[in-house]
Amino acid sequence: MASATSDRPAFDQPSARPALHATSDNGVKIVIVGGFGVGKTTMVRSVSEIRPLNTEETMTLAGESVDDTTEVSAKTSTTVAFDFGRISLDQHNVLYLFGAPGQERFWFLWDRLFSGTLGAVVLVDIRRIADSWYAIDRLEAHGTPFIVACNDFGGTAYSYEQVREALDLDPAVPLVSCDARSRGSSKNVLISLVQHVQSLYATQESAS
Amino acid sequence: MSRPGRDDSPERLYTLTGGRSSAGSDALDLVTLMVADRAPAPGMQSEHAAILRMCERPTAVVEIAAELRLPVSIVRVLLSDLLDAGHVSARHPRPADPTHRLPAPDLLEQVLVGLRNL
Repeated sequence: MASATSDRPAFDQPSARPALHATSDNGVKIVIVGGFGVGKTTMVRSVSEIRPLNTEETMTLAGESVDDTTEVSAKTSTTVAFDFGRISLDQHNVLYLFGAPGQERFWFLWDRLFSGTLGAVVLVDIRRIADSWYAIDRLEAHGTPFIVACNDFGGTAYSYEQVREALDLDPAVPLVSCDARSRGSSKNVLISLVQHVQSLYATQESAS
Repeated sequence: MSRPGRDDSPERLYTLTGGRSSAGSDALDLVTLMVADRAPAPGMQSEHAAILRMCERPTAVVEIAAELRLPVSIVRVLLSDLLDAGHVSARHPRPADPTHRLPAPDLLEQVLVGLRNL
């Protein structure tokens, strides 16, 4: 039985990871946020040109408000693991897709980890809508452009209006449905996100 | 040679970086692309040599961390050593349009075209 870690290539072995173009010079980030088991890694895998990789970031929290634990020393270290995949868009641009758990306790980390991201996809399981509330609050507060994608496992009994209402979604935020297992469907979700960012840009332009 | 991995003791990670934190290497984003400017030389720290081999073609910081199975913060320190020595160069992601705090329109268009061609 293969474990989750045993099939990863060691760095000193030939890698199956295809090399980027020698001219690649601009990394672009999109974050896929969602609750446990909603299909984040599935979506990354369906569009990525590499098998999703996993790594971890250690964050040192210094001088930040870490709850009300005044007896704790000024520095606290936390480690968070995350998955990512890659899409070579052209000779220069490479898109990295990061799967990020949406749980509240991770958010202070994601804020820093994913600064400068093009935007985010909030992946929602319609049967567990409340899992997404915190992620949406946080993205709104942070000013990160995002869309909501319902990963449709079939048998959905809710209308778009009901989902919008349950999420208390800003009318300007697109809501799409998808099948995270499908490359075409996941690709369309990413396209919807980029088009949404374009429309935000156009709105800002016309307002200024 | 033992392979660096996430089972490593903090002492080993400390040794890898000479005890330094990544304070000076925050400029390296997860998706900054690193490119080797020289081949690995005998006697080099094995992690440095591995990074140079990996970066014969552009490779993102986060990919280097995943392949070395080291935390990103440790890899940032190793990369700043290599940058300081002139062994690698960094291709930084394009910053957002400052007035809009959004990616520039031409970049958005390029991303869109790339995705549609998938």
